[in-house]
Amino acid sequence: MVKEKNRAEKAISYKKPENNSHNILKLNSMSQLSDVRMETKKLSVQYGDHYGVKDVSIPVYNKQVTALIGPSGCGKTTFLRALNRMHELNRNIKVSGEVLLDGENIYGDKVNPVIIRRKIGMVFQKPTPFPIMSIFDNVVAGLKLTGTRDKRYLNEVCEKALSQAALFNEVKDRLNTPGGKLSGGQQQRLSIARALAIEPEVILMDEPTSSLDPLSSMKIEELINELKEKYSIVIVTHNMQQASRVSDTTAFFYMGELIEYDSTNKIFTNPENRKTENYITGKFG
Amino acid sequence: MQKREFVNSIYKKSLSLIYNWLGDKIFLITIVSLGISIILLALGMAWVLLYEGHTSLKVHGVIGFLTSSEWDPAVKLRFGSLPFLFGTVVTSVGALVIAFFPAIAIAIFIAEYAPKWLGNIIENMVHLIAAIPSVVVGIWGIFVFVPWMREVVYQPVYTWALENNSSLLPILGNPIGYGMASATIILALMIIPFTTALTKDAIDQVPKEQREAAYALGATHWEVIRMAVTPYARGGIMAGSVLSFGRAIGETMAVAMLIGNKNNFPFTIFGPAATMPSVIINEFREAVENLHLSSLMAIGLVLFVISLIVNLFAAYITRKLSITGGQSI
Ligand SMILES: Nc1ncnc2c1ncn2[C@@H]1O[C@H](COP(=O)(O)OP(=O)(O)OP(=O)(O)O)[C@@H](O)[C@H]1O
Ligand SMILES: [Mg+2]
Repeated sequence: MVKEKNRAEKAISYKKPENNSHNILKLNSMSQLSDVRMETKKLSVQYGDHYGVKDVSIPVYNKQVTALIGPSGCGKTTFLRALNRMHELNRNIKVSGEVLLDGENIYGDKVNPVIIRRKIGMVFQKPTPFPIMSIFDNVVAGLKLTGTRDKRYLNEVCEKALSQAALFNEVKDRLNTPGGKLSGGQQQRLSIARALAIEPEVILMDEPTSSLDPLSSMKIEELINELKEKYSIVIVTHNMQQASRVSDTTAFFYMGELIEYDSTNKIFTNPENRKTENYITGKFG
Repeated sequence: MQKREFVNSIYKKSLSLIYNWLGDKIFLITIVSLGISIILLALGMAWVLLYEGHTSLKVHGVIGFLTSSEWDPAVKLRFGSLPFLFGTVVTSVGALVIAFFPAIAIAIFIAEYAPKWLGNIIENMVHLIAAIPSVVVGIWGIFVFVPWMREVVYQPVYTWALENNSSLLPILGNPIGYGMASATIILALMIIPFTTALTKDAIDQVPKEQREAAYALGATHWEVIRMAVTPYARGGIMAGSVLSFGRAIGETMAVAMLIGNKNNFPFTIFGPAATMPSVIINEFREAVENLHLSSLMAIGLVLFVISLIVNLFAAYITRKLSITGGQSI
């Protein structure tokens, strides 16, 4: 790990500074709204010798929604999964650079990825309930991992998480039926409830609505708006309207590189970069 | 120019139409006739067993044949299959119980923990062991396993019981080495590779997304296996176990070589016993009386029916417990 990092840093030092950094400065002056919760520093992910993302440095602000946009294959998922060390499950993927959570590098030597993933929850593109587990058990699955057994407390958390995910009313009479028996949209909200139940600090969402119908998508967007009161959220989306509706800041990726990062308003009304503009206006991607 | 192309394309299309049509028909006929002949073959076998065995079933009555424990081909010519039914059930259930957890542990080790090269080696070994002819296993049992077990387990336990708790002696039985215990353990060793292979396949079927979902909740590797992997694979694991159980029921050679072949109750743990396949293979050549032969056939019929039920049960479990596309059905 350490060796990899050194190598990557060496590689980085040959390059001239990217314009990413001045974006951050600019944004800081623009948005004094809140403090930085997470921050990536020259984060790169390599599949073999192919870079999935390269030298990306952006902040994730507390209690705000950060949207990641860009054409297919540009590295959004790759970047997102680097934020809670999901890449470690595959030995062929190398991550270099830093990801800070409250100022501490989550890739640090003494940091346990299991703890990190508890603090930084994730919702996947495809709904992933545990199909034969009951709805209830699905929601409290993460809590049970931490050793919580108190039935009353679990009930409470389950109801709260399901309500937050706008699913409680639909399933309250059948909490014992398997999670796999729900509809796709309900399954996705169940996945969200499950991520919320462990009360993470940051929630990562990878195209959470891409497999859903418009109504379910709307529900999830509303949900994101509510969740942002408590959580910091990073969301990948292909849907420009969605990005502009739900996010406060937006990062535009292209071919593994960060092209532009700014407030969502700025990105969608007056982007600096030509590529961003083309993408936003649908000229490519 | 255009017209010619048009004609050409029509020609090609019709050619491929005939070709497809014929191909489809031939394929269909082949498949259907093969399928039907398999079914006919199975029915034919069952019919032969029934036809040959029905004399015995008539003489003893079906219930009588299944519940009587008297097997006397020499003097009284009475045939009851209960001892063999009992022997088969005890050895195969015992084998399954012994084999289940080790097999699953090995499969989990191969699929989840071992580095790829080691996992591959072990998996191939497992397949290799599963392919050893059972007569070879039997020979190994006779020359290596039974003497060893007799020295190290049976006799010491027997001696201990003799000195400390003689009420156990009638249950333990004669520690000669050939008997229920040896046959059961060998059966377990024989089905472990089978159960392992099927369990490993079931684990490999678990989608990556399920594992990642568990990891994302802060699960450790072991917790991921418990939470996402084994529940998802349970249908395959259970079906695999039932199929292995079916193999244990039908296993003939190794069991016949090691179980000691005693046809009457009482059976003891160490002492000799018999199973349905073992009695068939042992007595078939010597059966001179028609009723004796017919009774062996009837045992064959019972074995056939039990195997059928076990296999249907495995199919039912697979259907009932397996998970498709994130939905459990
Ligand atoms: N497991 C992998 N192994 C090798 N290369 C990968 C792997 N996953 C992604 N890549 C490559 O990394 C690059 C970025 O992929 P990524 O999945 O992050 O794109 P994305 O922006 O999420 O695209 P999409 O919008 O289609 O989901 C692509 O070129 C892709 O081919
Ligand atoms: Mg993606």
